[in-house]
Amino acid sequence: MKSILASAGAAAILFTTSLAAAQDVNFLSTQLRPVEEAQKVRQVLLKGVPGKVSYLVEEPPQFDVRMKAEGKAGKRTISLAGALHGELQPLVTSGDIEPIDDLAAKLADRGIPQGLMELGKLGTGKQVYIPWMQATYIMVARKEALASLPAGANVNALSYDQLEAWGKALTEKTGKRLIGFPAGPKGLMPRFYQGYLYPSFTGGVVTPFRSADAEAMWGKFKSLWQYVNPNSTSYDFMQEPLMAGEVWVAFDHVARLKDALVQEPDKYVTFPAPAGPKGRGYMPVIAGLAIPKGAPDRAGAAAVIEHLTKPDVQVKTAAEVGFFPVVKAELPADLSPGIKLIAEGVAKTQGARDALPALLPIGLGDKGGEFNKVFSDSFQRIVLRGENPRAVLDAQAAVLKGLMETTKAPCWAPDKASEAACPVN
Amino acid sequence: MKRTQSRALPYLLLAPSLVFLTAIFLLPLVQTIALSFSESGVASLGNYRRMVSDLNFGLALRNTFLLVLVVVPIQLALALGMSVMIEKIGRGRDLVLWVWTIPLGVSDLAAGLVWLAILQDRGYLNSALYGLGLIEGPTAWLTYETPGTLFLGVVLAEIWRATAIVLVILVAGLQLIPKEYREAAEVFGARPWTIFRRITLPLLKPSIQTALILRTVLAFEVFAVVYAIGGTNFPVLVGEAYTWQNANQNTGVAAAYAMLIVVISLAATAIYLRVLRVPAEQQP
Repeated sequence: MKSILASAGAAAILFTTSLAAAQDVNFLSTQLRPVEEAQKVRQVLLKGVPGKVSYLVEEPPQFDVRMKAEGKAGKRTISLAGALHGELQPLVTSGDIEPIDDLAAKLADRGIPQGLMELGKLGTGKQVYIPWMQATYIMVARKEALASLPAGANVNALSYDQLEAWGKALTEKTGKRLIGFPAGPKGLMPRFYQGYLYPSFTGGVVTPFRSADAEAMWGKFKSLWQYVNPNSTSYDFMQEPLMAGEVWVAFDHVARLKDALVQEPDKYVTFPAPAGPKGRGYMPVIAGLAIPKGAPDRAGAAAVIEHLTKPDVQVKTAAEVGFFPVVKAELPADLSPGIKLIAEGVAKTQGARDALPALLPIGLGDKGGEFNKVFSDSFQRIVLRGENPRAVLDAQAAVLKGLMETTKAPCWAPDKASEAACPVN
Repeated sequence: MKRTQSRALPYLLLAPSLVFLTAIFLLPLVQTIALSFSESGVASLGNYRRMVSDLNFGLALRNTFLLVLVVVPIQLALALGMSVMIEKIGRGRDLVLWVWTIPLGVSDLAAGLVWLAILQDRGYLNSALYGLGLIEGPTAWLTYETPGTLFLGVVLAEIWRATAIVLVILVAGLQLIPKEYREAAEVFGARPWTIFRRITLPLLKPSIQTALILRTVLAFEVFAVVYAIGGTNFPVLVGEAYTWQNANQNTGVAAAYAMLIVVISLAATAIYLRVLRVPAEQQP
């Protein structure tokens, strides 16, 4: 027994020394995970960083477990974490992220908009992450779908009524339901409710959750759902059903549409999500860079952050992997056609006259998953199971209220600012 | 001196596995129990309340039981038939057994993906049906709108994937039955069906018990196959535990689901042990 323990100990020591000997800055990321993208990070985006960087990737749940476990064990191997706003939030609650106000001051000349820097404080008053890159959700249509657009509709300024009419026309023409949403187990559908549907119809997310506007909205969405491909509840990434022709009009995160757009740029058009009575809701997505508490190489990590936020590296990031700059930087004219389509979609979304930005949830700590569940459950019950919208909204509003009160999260845009926990009216 | 040593020997030999089990099974189990009964550090039944009141709870419970009740009997019947057939094969027996047990070597997620490739809109099944002129284009079998065919798909995949484990246990059990019984029965003019019912089946009971316990417990834990084929369209208990842990990030409710699965599995095992009890004098 003793000898087993001894040899295990010896192995552990060997393992750690071999890690330490390399003296790399371990950079763990939940973004840019596919092999080709990770290789771009290693070979293009991290080129020119002083010192050696190991770029490692992990799926979000495993990332969360690893960051927390290393903190609890008191043995940090990761010096730099790259993840989405919502993924970094629970780590701030658990005390695994170190404030980096000094670095934020140093990067003041990068021209990162104040709003984005504010998001990087996660409501704590201290800078906990530096914005790294941004993206959003857009809509994509196969060009053959454009012929069925309802009369007078401009694809770049659609309303939800027009999207429904379009879906109806497509179904009448082909006999198939050709609109698609990423409502699968790993799809990003909750962001559609929180950043698109609710803001467009109610002008908020949390406060008007069970309002009359919300009730009418779910009715509309249910009626639109008649023309949505029933496989949507299995779709995680819309690029695959688009390429297969199973779906002609789709909504998703740009990173999850990229393969289709890059592989066959001539087949698609990109455009903003539809507008409702309160405007054209959209959700900017922010990935940030954070330094874990007790990071083995804080200086090395800071150097990587400085490098990745340089305007020329930010432009390269857009060109290589399709995430857009958080700093002031001109995109080059010679972007590849697929990336150009994404850039156009994003620009049309942000620049729409009725654009209504809806921020990612702030201050929910580790309750982000349950917050999403409130919206997914409402969808399940109202749209898929045909339950009475009023009863469902009242029941789910109670859950939502409980979440807001436990976390004491104040409202975020587009809800009206609040001092205490965001109210559910 | 020597005597005490030999008395301690069995315990010493058992010690490593005991340590191993304690470290990777018993401790996590105790931790899971503790987790399921606490909410942010305070003892509470809140996790169980949330589990029971969740919109998928009843559905997941129903689906899991339905799967077990449909899949396990079919697998037992199939495996019995197959094992008796294997007994009769002379040459090539090993080859047949080997082919039949191939699904054992496939991971359950991979098995699920194989069946997804067959059953999805543009899968092999639809291609074949289209080729035969039976359908006009891609037809969806696995959506929330087609719960019947979705269930059938999961049942098919589970039967394909996990009948082999029952088969292997039964084949081993058949080999333990002495030939003399059968020969004696044949001398008295018993027909094959009578021999199977009166001799093979009773003597096979211990193996059937083992196979049923193993298969039923695993069937209650079904996850990867369902996840691959049906995603969240077909909620099952383990899938809900996974969703609460990963997507909803609520370890407490996930632990409550895990405890529910443990209790159901233990109950099923206890029932089998009691119903299929074999008195010592009847054991071969």
